[in-house]
Amino acid sequence: MTPDVPTSAGLATYNFAYLDEQTKRMIRRAILKAIAIPGYQVPFASREMPMPYGWGTGGVQVTAAILGPKDVLKVIDQGADDTTNAVSIRAFFQKVANVAVTTKTREATIIQTRHRIPEEKLTAGQTLVYQVPIPEPLRFLEPRETETRKMHALEEYGLMHVKLYEDIAKNGHIATTYAYPVKVEGRYVMDPSPTPKFDNPKMHRSEALQLFGAGREKRIYAVPPYTEVVSLDFEDHPFEIQTFDKPCALCGAENVYLDEVVLDDKGGRMFVCSDTDHCEERCANGHRGHLAYNKEAAE
Amino acid sequence: MYVAVKGGEAAISNAHRLLADRRRGDRSLPAIGIEQIVAQLGLAVDRVMAEASLYDRALAALAVRQARGDMIEAIFILRAYRTTLPRFGYSKPVETGVMLVERRVSATYKDLPGGQLLGPTFDYTHRLLDPSLLGDEPVDTALERDEPGEPVMRVSDILAGEGLVEDDGNLPEGHVAGDLTREPLEFPMARDLRLQALARGDEGFLLALGYSTQRGYARTHPFVGEVRIGEVEVELDMPELGFSVSLGRIQVTECQMVNQFKGSAKNPPQFTRGYGLVFGQSERKAMAMSLVDRALRAEEFGEDIVAPAQDEEFVISHSDNVQATGFVEHLKLPHYVDFQAELDLVRRMRREYEERADAVMRDAAE
Repeated sequence: MTPDVPTSAGLATYNFAYLDEQTKRMIRRAILKAIAIPGYQVPFASREMPMPYGWGTGGVQVTAAILGPKDVLKVIDQGADDTTNAVSIRAFFQKVANVAVTTKTREATIIQTRHRIPEEKLTAGQTLVYQVPIPEPLRFLEPRETETRKMHALEEYGLMHVKLYEDIAKNGHIATTYAYPVKVEGRYVMDPSPTPKFDNPKMHRSEALQLFGAGREKRIYAVPPYTEVVSLDFEDHPFEIQTFDKPCALCGAENVYLDEVVLDDKGGRMFVCSDTDHCEERCANGHRGHLAYNKEAAE
Repeated sequence: MYVAVKGGEAAISNAHRLLADRRRGDRSLPAIGIEQIVAQLGLAVDRVMAEASLYDRALAALAVRQARGDMIEAIFILRAYRTTLPRFGYSKPVETGVMLVERRVSATYKDLPGGQLLGPTFDYTHRLLDPSLLGDEPVDTALERDEPGEPVMRVSDILAGEGLVEDDGNLPEGHVAGDLTREPLEFPMARDLRLQALARGDEGFLLALGYSTQRGYARTHPFVGEVRIGEVEVELDMPELGFSVSLGRIQVTECQMVNQFKGSAKNPPQFTRGYGLVFGQSERKAMAMSLVDRALRAEEFGEDIVAPAQDEEFVISHSDNVQATGFVEHLKLPHYVDFQAELDLVRRMRREYEERADAVMRDAAE
């Protein structure tokens, strides 16, 4: 039997922003519901995307559903615009939506992110889209979806507090450093996605709309602008964010999240901004860290 | 010196160019054609169609070629294409009872209406490497029946005649078959959705789970009532026309597993069933699927849930290889922001540990 081998013209062409309009409508409904119930995980019929599950398919679907031709898109991974997966997702939207892209946090109307919130304060009208691997904050305490949904419905979060307490009892610290659970508007406990807990305070009463997409797990949730987002803690063990001993080696920024870069095999290290746009802008404005001069000299 | 290696567009595009080069391989050899893949690697094509849930041999073969023979990658490519296609509606249920069978075997009866038909099977071949396949030696044409055989009635129908086996499951009036590619998954699931998930589930995963039931992790006493492979007609009801039209024929593999009997005060004892149905020729997958289907019905029969194969959330949440491979392989994406957060905490805890140890030493010295 000889199959009909299609010609390249016979294969499907893709709609604006890849997804068909019916699918976008379905996702927008889920987003609206998510905004109406801050922190609640809304099930949605996640589609197969042309990139692998676990690589941002949830975020990509949310972005595809809200993206318009006039939007300006920024995509970051680990805070950087030039990490491979960020490059790949940005190129995807340039290809399927021909949309304007930027690396400047300020210029973007939609920012899709993995693992970071930009250092620069987001403003009204901007939307931050998070890629979420495991949306369920209770998942590692209770693997069953049927159980965790019940726990959310009954606002039964004792297990989470016990876990945090056990951390303190065993380690002297709450041992959660990223994906640190938050309570949204006094109701739902939510996973902020695996951002470092350093970024948690930025979510609180943010002017920007925050949308979370988990493709493989088929959940969308949201934090509307100006919503209370409180990191879980205890009176005698208040929530604390990470601090760094040194400022950024390139731009000298303090109170920002830094990446550790191994320089040689003799224990040499440098710490640089994880948010590349923030770092570049500071450098352009004349801020200098202790290794910045050397870098220029080397060039 | 700034040594952080950041990926860039140039790196990605060069990597893809290298991939294309490796895919094509030695240019002195002719490129493999889609028709050749369909004709000579048909079972690979069938697996891709089955687990991608898209019946199109040419596109599945294209995916196999594009994926360099990586089956899960090919399944992924074909699924990502499928998801962009419009859905017209549901066909009428395919009637496997009138299948044009190419293979049909039953382990429960020595002989039965329609007979035992071995078909194109690896069974009873000796797995010796065949030197004649190194070259292109002529192959004899297959023998064919002159006239169509008698109708091949289903073994389940034979047993059902005596009331010895449960009938096809009954769904509530007005039940519309679910589609997990269009609706979010929710547990517990109805059996139709579960079967859909199993039909597109990973062959290896279902094989291992089915095997586990045979080794005592939720034993179901299975007998292959029958396995049949052949072509069935797909028909679609056309409301405008008032009758149904045929969309064509597809090849499927169906397995009816006859399992452990059940009875109660109200119902006389009868055998239970597990069901498997897969696109193309894939007996292993259909049989594994029917074992797992039966195991997953534990709750329905009031059986104790003691083994992984009986656990619906566990099985269905992890049966999809495209999801599984994506999430496992995403671990190679950068995670340095989170790792930094962990490093910071571990360093702090080690500092505190050493301070405590020093304090103990000082106390001991005093």
